Amino acid sequence: MKRLCLAILLYTASTTASAAGLPAGVKQPHLEIDLSDKESLQRGARTFINYCLSCHSAAYMRYNRMAKDLGIDEESLRDNLLFVTDKVGDVMKAAMPAEDAKLWFGTAPPDLTVVARSRGPEWLYLYMTGFYREGSRWNNIVFPNVAMPHVLYEWQGEQRAVFETMEDGSKQFDHFEVVRPGSMKKEEYDAAIRELVNFLVYMGEPARLVRYRIGVYVLIFLGIFLIFTYLLKREYWKQLH
Amino acid sequence: MRKLIDWIDARIPLIKVWEEHLAKYYAPKNFNFWYYFGSLAILVLVIQILTGIFLTMHYKPDSKLAFASVEYIMRDVPWGWLIRYMHVTGASLFFVAVYLHMFRAFLYGSHRQPRELVWLIGMVIYVALMAEGFTGYLLPWGNMSYWGAQVIISLFDAVPWVGPPVAEWIRGDFVVSDATLNRFFSFHVIAVPLVLVGLVYLHIVALHKVGSNNPDGIEIKRHKDKNGVPLDGIPFHPYYSVKDMVGVTVFMMVFVAIMFFAPELGGWFLEHDNFVPANSLQTPPEIKPLWYFTPYYSILRANTVNFFWISAKLWGVFFMGLSIVLFFFLPWLDRSPVKSIRYRGWMYKTALTIFVISFIILGYVGVKPPEGIYKTLAQICTILYFAFFFLMPWYTKYDRTKPEPDRVT
Amino acid sequence: MSDEGTDQTRRQLLAITTGLGLAGTAVASIPFVLSMQPSARARALGAPVEVDISKLEAGQRLVVEWRGKPVWIVNRTRKMLDTLPGMARKLVDPSSDASEQPSYATNEWRSIKPEILILVGICTHLGCSPLAKFVEGAASGLGEDWPGGFFCPCHGSFFDLAGRVYKGVPAPSNLVVPPHAYLSDTRIIVGVSPDGVEKNRKA
Repeated sequence: MKRLCLAILLYTASTTASAAGLPAGVKQPHLEIDLSDKESLQRGARTFINYCLSCHSAAYMRYNRMAKDLGIDEESLRDNLLFVTDKVGDVMKAAMPAEDAKLWFGTAPPDLTVVARSRGPEWLYLYMTGFYREGSRWNNIVFPNVAMPHVLYEWQGEQRAVFETMEDGSKQFDHFEVVRPGSMKKEEYDAAIRELVNFLVYMGEPARLVRYRIGVYVLIFLGIFLIFTYLLKREYWKQLH
Repeated sequence: MRKLIDWIDARIPLIKVWEEHLAKYYAPKNFNFWYYFGSLAILVLVIQILTGIFLTMHYKPDSKLAFASVEYIMRDVPWGWLIRYMHVTGASLFFVAVYLHMFRAFLYGSHRQPRELVWLIGMVIYVALMAEGFTGYLLPWGNMSYWGAQVIISLFDAVPWVGPPVAEWIRGDFVVSDATLNRFFSFHVIAVPLVLVGLVYLHIVALHKVGSNNPDGIEIKRHKDKNGVPLDGIPFHPYYSVKDMVGVTVFMMVFVAIMFFAPELGGWFLEHDNFVPANSLQTPPEIKPLWYFTPYYSILRANTVNFFWISAKLWGVFFMGLSIVLFFFLPWLDRSPVKSIRYRGWMYKTALTIFVISFIILGYVGVKPPEGIYKTLAQICTILYFAFFFLMPWYTKYDRTKPEPDRVT
Repeated sequence: MSDEGTDQTRRQLLAITTGLGLAGTAVASIPFVLSMQPSARARALGAPVEVDISKLEAGQRLVVEWRGKPVWIVNRTRKMLDTLPGMARKLVDPSSDASEQPSYATNEWRSIKPEILILVGICTHLGCSPLAKFVEGAASGLGEDWPGGFFCPCHGSFFDLAGRVYKGVPAPSNLVVPPHAYLSDTRIIVGVSPDGVEKNRKA
C-alpha cells in the first residue's frame, strides 16, 4: 500500500515535471541524475567554477557547504576551486562584476544557484549541448538569439544546425553537423555536460542529498505507528458491538 | 494530580469543556472515511502555524531580500529546508483536506438545517484560507508569485469607478512592489491566521451545539435513552479520538512521502517559474495560480464576449465571485426532503457527479493556456458548474427519494 | 465492563501508542530547535579573522571584530607587564584557573607572546564592552593607585592589564582570551588555535 502510494506519487511527479515546451524536432534527452556519485559531482563543480562562475554567480551557495557535501577537503578546495575569494565560507560570486557583464552581453547573466529548479536538468543539458554557429554569432537550439556566447566552444568545437523544411513551409530542427571538432569527442563532451548538469541539480537543492534517506526512516516509523494506532482503535471499537 | 485538577476546575471550566466537547460529546456511531478530514484540517492548521512561526524567524519581507532569504532558509538555516517544505506541502494538503471536507457536506447534506451556520462559518474559513494561500504565495517573491499577485489584484481594475483606486490601495503602489509584499506578509503571518483560528473555534462550537450529521443524514438526537444520551451516539473520546489517530497517521504518511520524495510534486505544489526571482519587466511564459485556485481561474477566463454593455473582463470577475458566493446559499438551494445521497434519487447523484467532474476539469484546464480545446472545455464546465447550483432547487425537489431509516445503519 | 484480558491488552496498546507518539513528536521537534542555531551565514561571518599587527605600537590597542564581538589586541609595554605580578592579592582568579582561555594562554600574562595581549572585549558580567584605562594614577579618574587596566562602565567592574578581574566587583571571571595563532611575526589569526582547533578549551 505504502509502496503503491509512493509509486503513484513519483509517477505523477515525474510525468508532470518540466513540461517546458521544446522547439519542434528537439528530442527530450534521458538524463540520469545521480547525486550519490560524488566524483561526478566534483568534476561538474570544477567545470562550473572554472567556466560558468566567470560571468554568472551562484549567490546562495557557499564554497564550504559544497566542499562538505561533495567530499572535497579544504586544502584542495583552496588550491583548485577558490579563485574569487579566500574565505571558504563565502558564497559563489561571479569573477566579473555584474555591471561589466551587462555592458558586455547586453543583459546581466542570471544567478545560477537554482537554475536547475526553474529550467529543469533536461533543458540545461540541451542548452549546453545546443550551441551552433549561425554566420558570425552563436545561436542556441533551445534559446533562440541567446546573448551568451558558447563558453565551452574549445571542448565541443563548432557545429551547425540542419533544419528540415516541413510540408507547411515551416522549418524543423533535424540534427547538428560538426563544422570544426573540439578538443573532446562528442561522447566526452556530452558526459562532461551531464556532470555539469548533475552538479547544477545538486546546487539547486543541497538538501536532496539527505532528504530521501530521512524520508525513508520517517515513513518506516509512521508505518509502525500505524500498526499500533490501528490495533488501539480496533481494541476500543470492539466493545461497541 | 486530582487536587491540581480540582484547583484549576474551580477557576476555569476545565472538566465542563472536556466533557462537552470530548468525553460526553456524542457523535453518531456510523462515521465513515469522509469524516476524517475535519480533524485533519485542524492538524494541518497547527502544522502551518508552527512551521510558519519558525519560517518567520528567517524570512525577510523586503523585495530586495525576500527571494534570497527563502534560499537562505533552504540552505544556510539548519533544517530550514525541512521546515519550508513542511509549510509548502501543508499549504496544498490544507486545501486537499478542506475540499474533501466540503465534499462530505455535498454527499450527506451536512449543510442542511439545523447546520446552516456551521456551513456558513465553514465557508468563511474557506475564503479566509484562500486569502491566506494567496498572500502566502507572494512571499517567496519568485516571478510566478509576483505576476500571480499582479494578475489577481488587477481583477479589481475591472470594476467600474471604484476598481482602479481600490487595486492601487491594495497594492500600495502602481504595481505589485515592496509595499505590497510587506503588507501581504502582515496579512499572511498575523491578520488572516488570527481570523482563521477564531473562525475554527466558532465552527466547532456551532457544530457541537447542533451535533454532528452522519452518512445517513438523520438526526441521532431523535432517539435518546433515559439519561438523554442518543442511542446511536458514542462519546467522541475515546472512540473517535483513537479512530482519528489512525487517520492522522495515514495522512502524515502521505504528507511525509510528498515532503521528502517530491516536494515540488512535479510543479503542482512548487512551480518551476517561482525559482526565478520576481522581475517586474518580464512575465513568465504562462501565468497560472497554484492548483487550489485553478478552477476559479478557469471560470474567470471562460467568458470572452462582451454582453449587456459590460466588458468580458468584468463578467469574468463577476462569474468568479459568483462561483464562490453560490456555496454560501447551498443550505437553501437544496430542497430535497432527505439529506444523504444514500436516499436521494438519480437526479442529484448525476448532478453531483457532473459537478465534481466539471470542477476537476476546470482545475486542470486552469494551468493550461486558454486556447483551443482547453478554452472550450473551460466554457462548457463553467456552464455545468453554475447549472449545478441554479437548477438545484428543481432537481432536488422533483428527485425521487427513498425513505430515510429511523435509526442509523 | 469487559474481562481482564481485554483491559490488559488495551492498557498495553495505549502505553505503546502514547510512547511512540511522544517519541515521534520529540524527534520531530529537533529540527525546529536546531533551526534556531547560528546559520551557515552566521558561521561564515564568524570565521577566523586575520590581523596585521606590524603597525601596532607599544602601549597601543587595536580593535577588530570577530563573531560580531570586539576583540582587543594590546601591545603591552615592559612597564605594563611589570604591574602584573604584584596584582595577585587584588584579584579573584590571578592564575586564571576558573576563566576561559586557550591552554597556551594560561599563564601570568595570558598570551602567547608576553607583550601581545588578545582579549574578547566583552565583560564577563552582563556583556558590556569595558573601556581601556591604560593611564595610571589619578589622571585615569579611577583613583591614585590605579595601575592601568580596563573598566566596565555598566556595572563598575575592574580588570588588570591581563584582563584579570578585581575582587569586589560584579564580574565573576577574567576576560576571555579567544583562540588565536601567529601566522608570522606580524600576522595574527583570531579564532583558530595554533593546532588548528577552533574551540576554546575551558581551563
